Amino acid sequence: MDILPILATLRRHKVILWLLMLEIALSCAIICNGVFLIAQRLQHMDIPSGVAEHELVQIQQAPIVPPPDRYARAQEDLAMLRQIPGVRAVGMSNQVPFGGSSSNGNVMLSPTQPHPTLSAAEYFGENLVQTLGLHLIAGRTLRTDEYVDADVVIRALADGSSEGFPMPMLVSQALAVRLWPQQNPLGKLIWLAPTASFRVVGVVETLARANAYNTATAQYSMIIPLHMGADKDQSYLLRTRPEDRPRVLAAAVAALKRADPARVIMHSRSFDQIRSDYFQDDQAMAGMLVSVIVAVLLVTGLGIVGLASFWVAQRRKQIGIRRALGATRIDILHYFQTENFLIVTFGIVIGMLLAYGLSLWLMMHYELPHLPGIYFPVGALALWIIGQLAVLGPALRAAAVPPVVATRSV
Amino acid sequence: MLGYYLDLALRSLKRNKALTALMVLAIALGIGASMTTLTVLHVLSGDPLPGKSGKLFYPQLDPQDMDGYKPQGEPPAQVGWIDGMALLHAKRARYQALMTGGAVPIQPAQSAIEPFFENARYTSADFFAMFDVPFLYGHGWNAADDEAGARVAVLTRELNDKLFGGKDSTGQTLRMDDVAFRIVGVLDSWRPTPHFYDLMTGSYSADEGVFVPLTTATDLKFAHNGSTDCWGKGFSDNMKTATCTWLQFWVQLDTPAEAAAYREYLLNYSREQQALGRFQRPPNVRLRDVMGWLDYNKVVPSDVRLQVWLAFGFLLVCLVNTVGLMLAKFLRRAAELGVRRALGASRRSLFAQLLVEAGAVGLVGGTGGLLLALAGLWLVRRQPSDYAALAHLDLPMLLATFAFAVVATLLAGLLPAWRACLIPPALQLKSN
Repeated sequence: MDILPILATLRRHKVILWLLMLEIALSCAIICNGVFLIAQRLQHMDIPSGVAEHELVQIQQAPIVPPPDRYARAQEDLAMLRQIPGVRAVGMSNQVPFGGSSSNGNVMLSPTQPHPTLSAAEYFGENLVQTLGLHLIAGRTLRTDEYVDADVVIRALADGSSEGFPMPMLVSQALAVRLWPQQNPLGKLIWLAPTASFRVVGVVETLARANAYNTATAQYSMIIPLHMGADKDQSYLLRTRPEDRPRVLAAAVAALKRADPARVIMHSRSFDQIRSDYFQDDQAMAGMLVSVIVAVLLVTGLGIVGLASFWVAQRRKQIGIRRALGATRIDILHYFQTENFLIVTFGIVIGMLLAYGLSLWLMMHYELPHLPGIYFPVGALALWIIGQLAVLGPALRAAAVPPVVATRSV
Repeated sequence: MLGYYLDLALRSLKRNKALTALMVLAIALGIGASMTTLTVLHVLSGDPLPGKSGKLFYPQLDPQDMDGYKPQGEPPAQVGWIDGMALLHAKRARYQALMTGGAVPIQPAQSAIEPFFENARYTSADFFAMFDVPFLYGHGWNAADDEAGARVAVLTRELNDKLFGGKDSTGQTLRMDDVAFRIVGVLDSWRPTPHFYDLMTGSYSADEGVFVPLTTATDLKFAHNGSTDCWGKGFSDNMKTATCTWLQFWVQLDTPAEAAAYREYLLNYSREQQALGRFQRPPNVRLRDVMGWLDYNKVVPSDVRLQVWLAFGFLLVCLVNTVGLMLAKFLRRAAELGVRRALGASRRSLFAQLLVEAGAVGLVGGTGGLLLALAGLWLVRRQPSDYAALAHLDLPMLLATFAFAVVATLLAGLLPAWRACLIPPALQLKSN
């Protein structure tokens, strides 16, 4: 198809041409950045937790009347939960990955360091490696005889005593690599307070934080062998087969209520639920972005239909003359399709520049990374397709114009 | 004349229904999306206490040790027990309240209701008077109750409905954390948005259901919600002596002069504490009013701002689209416009006629946009975010929707109308 006559014609319709190109350019900029934002959200929602997500349920409960011994109560509850048919492992934790409410410690590599190196999640509780299904990649897990009551440690910290330290701990691989790059982390010491030192005895592959909003630090976690008392901040965790989860959850809640009717169940949910609760805002934002992109494509497509129809109507006589002079229906069809392709392509070229500018602005205001080049063809492809689909109807109508129109005066 | 133009506009719009529908749809979609996001932004960035917020101030001090000291850095966002109590008892402002959030187990007397945890506010007495909190029954407590650690409580209307079926419950007993409290007041509906006085427990979260004196809650070691920041040896189970900040302190200062005097007082207090050796850093204070404090904390979620920008980008696409369609529509009527020009209509009157047509499209599009915005807000309310329930259209936003739609469409009509007026009448008459 010869494009020179098309360009010559377009030169006579500059205003409408520019409006169309502007619309396509704006759409292109919005779509490129929109798709990128969606990808960012999806990537964020995809942060691995490191735990056996489809096999876990969480029960967070609180006694209304404080039990005489919170530690004994916790052990009784755990023993009772272990008896429930279908339960493979039972654990207890002060937080769960993506649970929202978090407990973090400031990590120092020497007791006299003025500023902490970084902040990492502190997991306290029972039997976490086995219950969460963590993957141990170096060293050993924590032994039962290494556990200490939390109150003992709190008292020691308040007194500034270093008795009982260093305690053993597990760290996540991400934390180990960050603190000791290229070194064996086993046996290394860290301090969470000037008197509280901990020795790394094992490394787990992945364990996400409870508030994993920053991808870079989302996997900085430590597991410390503390017995926690039964109170409202602790969760019981049960591991079971995926299909047994609803039954086990119901049985566990019933058993806890039976043992102490005066307790409040604050959360009882599967880990899948925890993940979807945590990322619900990202999910909603991704949904909103998808609707905006669809709406932009729809409006642009309808705009092209409208303007192409106008052009076809305006050029009926011209088309009739071309047909009378020997152009086939296919020629007319191709003419309008090529014209649309050219206009959309010009629009996309401007749109790429706009998209780049928009991404720079977003980077400044929303802490987003640079728009990767891969997203430019996405916008271009979407617009080429929508352009061709939109112009098809008017172009077919143009192709149906009979040659006899050339002989009519209006 | 306007009537005639309107008649012409309606005829013309009716003549080409598909093109008109496209324009109306584009305007409606763009306006609907923009107004939905703008309403959410408007609700979230509103003034929580209109008329009062300029008089409420949030004093900050810097009691930390020299670790990590940076000159004139931001002081901690909260105060500790010792400084909070000192400022409270100094009574240098008209009203002052020291507070923090928490959660308490509530044991209803009726066995029909299971025990549950309720968010609570532990505060000193001036809270109610300072924030103009409306009471349905009874009243708040007084400073003597604060000093005595009295076991008194104020309920919100919602909690009173749940526990006492909405009846006047003052004088009744409520057991919380196994301790009996006497109910002295029930609030009327009150939900300042954002939750300005304590941003640590969620900027838009549903508020606490029960209020008890801070001294009572601290003596009984009620569970504390929100953030606790400690330094030095901070870690302790006695929050009254711990070197931690965990309380919010608000004061009411009616005039700028009072505010300036209070600022001076904060500096003097810091110098005095430094001389005593309690404070190590040079005096560093802040005294922001409500809106200043909300701005500083950037309470409006960045996603909401991003959504507004997205919606306006979309509206721009819709408007450019409308400009193109309107241009096509006006140029198509070149013959008719040529006849009107030939019969003596001035360019100005043609221009006016075409703008009336654009305005009519804007009005219909605005109505569609309003319906879409209502649908959009309904969708927003079904979302899980804690601000979702607040997304409602108020009267100013409703009127703004129409004004916005008409103005935007008129602007979009300017270029097409101008181009259409430039058509030389003779040429049009001849070619036909």
